[in-house]
Amino acid sequence: MFGLDRDQAIGTLLLIALLIIAPFILYPVFVMQLLCAALFACAFNLMIGYVGLLSFGHAAFFGMGCYVAAWTMKHWHIDALAAILMGGVAGAALGLPLGWLAIRRSGIYFAMITLALAQMVYFFCVEAPFTGGEDGIQQVPRGHLFGFINLNNDMAMYWLVAAVFLAGFLLIHRIVHSPFGQVLKSIRENEPRATSLGYRTDDYKLIAFVLSTCLAGVAGGAKALVFGIATLTDVHYSTSGEVVLTTLLGGLGTVFGPVVGAAVVVSMENYLARFGDWVTVTQGAVFMVCVLAFRRGIVGEIAARLKLSL
Amino acid sequence: MNDTILETQAMTREFSGFVAVDGVSLSVRTGSIHALIGPNGAGKTTCFNLLTKFLQPTRGRILFKGRDITGLAPAQVARLGLVRSFQISAVFPKLTALENVRLALQRARGASFDFWRSERVLDRYNERAMALLTDVGLDHAGDLLAGMLPYGQKRALEIATTLALDPEMLLLDEPTAGMGHEDVERIVALIRRIRPGRTILMVEHNLSVVEGLCDIITVLTRGRVLAEGDYATVSAHPEVISAYLGTAHA
Ligand SMILES: Nc1ncnc2c1ncn2[C@@H]1O[C@H](COP(=O)(O)OP(=O)(O)O)[C@@H](O)[C@H]1O
Ligand SMILES: [Mg+2]
Repeated sequence: MFGLDRDQAIGTLLLIALLIIAPFILYPVFVMQLLCAALFACAFNLMIGYVGLLSFGHAAFFGMGCYVAAWTMKHWHIDALAAILMGGVAGAALGLPLGWLAIRRSGIYFAMITLALAQMVYFFCVEAPFTGGEDGIQQVPRGHLFGFINLNNDMAMYWLVAAVFLAGFLLIHRIVHSPFGQVLKSIRENEPRATSLGYRTDDYKLIAFVLSTCLAGVAGGAKALVFGIATLTDVHYSTSGEVVLTTLLGGLGTVFGPVVGAAVVVSMENYLARFGDWVTVTQGAVFMVCVLAFRRGIVGEIAARLKLSL
Repeated sequence: MNDTILETQAMTREFSGFVAVDGVSLSVRTGSIHALIGPNGAGKTTCFNLLTKFLQPTRGRILFKGRDITGLAPAQVARLGLVRSFQISAVFPKLTALENVRLALQRARGASFDFWRSERVLDRYNERAMALLTDVGLDHAGDLLAGMLPYGQKRALEIATTLALDPEMLLLDEPTAGMGHEDVERIVALIRRIRPGRTILMVEHNLSVVEGLCDIITVLTRGRVLAEGDYATVSAHPEVISAYLGTAHA
């Protein structure tokens, strides 16, 4: 199913089991925060891990997903799932023009262009009236799912977020293991060769970019509903940096790496919060240790040692 | 002229003032094996880059099967049936040999934008891919990662991948460079076998390969055509002897 091989299928079953027991052991809002970060990192990993393009502006799509989901929820009172999906539509709608501009370059230039474009989105969000500027969009209702499931109940909200996460996770896996994914990998491996076989590589990169930004928007939309708020932090470059860190920490181009990375980063943020600025310092230190000691990231390293495909 | 498959008219390429290819007018006969030889830096690879549109010529025109392809994109040229290989071995290292060849076969589906479908729909190309691998002596390597193959086998894989597109015309950039004697023989035999129905333009340094394989030879030095003809004519050309054969066979 979904192109999972044996190791990955076992890993996925384990992940589903964890999704089921987690809210009974941990604070559900914490797990939801983790799942939103994990989906965001998985979406980012689609670009860096499978197309080989480092986007330094993914917060733009995550943040726009937050704003649009929050705004539609608050002003149109639509269904919660529809609001989350609106976040995805926003991510894709923004990803299409920005991706079109960015994919013409590669390597460090791609990273710089995505960063510059994301900064423009940030300043747009500072100025645009609908985002609420410095205040953001606050007191966003969670509303109902399918009109009758009240999501103010944390457990109900949790199952929705878990389902959205799992769907996104499996979709990414399917993308990577589709005929399209094969071409993506060939572009990552040797773009001139892919071109010489007759593939218009720009088209493939753009579609991958839009899929990635769409899922980043979905992750943002889910986060806005969980916390009932969308703010400038969500579109800030530090959020872009964090998703890079999360993915590197977990393991670039691995299936479970972004999820494990998100678990580490979100846990650190939550449990170290009382130490104030030390969170950032600790994160920096953990990141440096990771890059120096195990370059493949946590999951990449485990997979290499145990000869598994995770 | 109907029997000319590829023609260039005063094709020129400058790199910030330096003229790498200088008014080259080539004419490749349909069905022939045409060699492009010349010392290092003569502009052979640049010619290939121009013909396949990886580089845009500064001046001049390129015609393929009578059609002006000067303004096309590289992927379009490939789809017209003019397919190149690279001087530096070009495989997809982290994909298996089978997947490498299958990526070329997959082109027959048209664009592969279907990200929602399982890659198992590509399994129908496995048999053909295996046959192509067997053809180049890589029947054992289907499941091996291309990056792990020895150099000679990588080159063979590259040719198998190129052949999978069933191109009317192949541009091979030094297909035997860096190979041991046995691998060279294998590649030469392979080129002979695939030649029916195709035209081949190849850059080749090994003159015994050129002598045995090629119908016509164009000698390039400093971006210009120095001489053209069959092996006997070209190798008797005094300037060629001094400019190329002289140094290579001294
Ligand atoms: N992209 C480039 N930019 C600048 N100079 C180039 C470029 N590509 C090739 N050249 C120059 O053009 C000349 C011809 O190179 P090339 O076509 O690779 O020669 P050959 O394949 O015959 O050995 C060389 O002097 C090389 O340095
Ligand atoms: Mg060369």
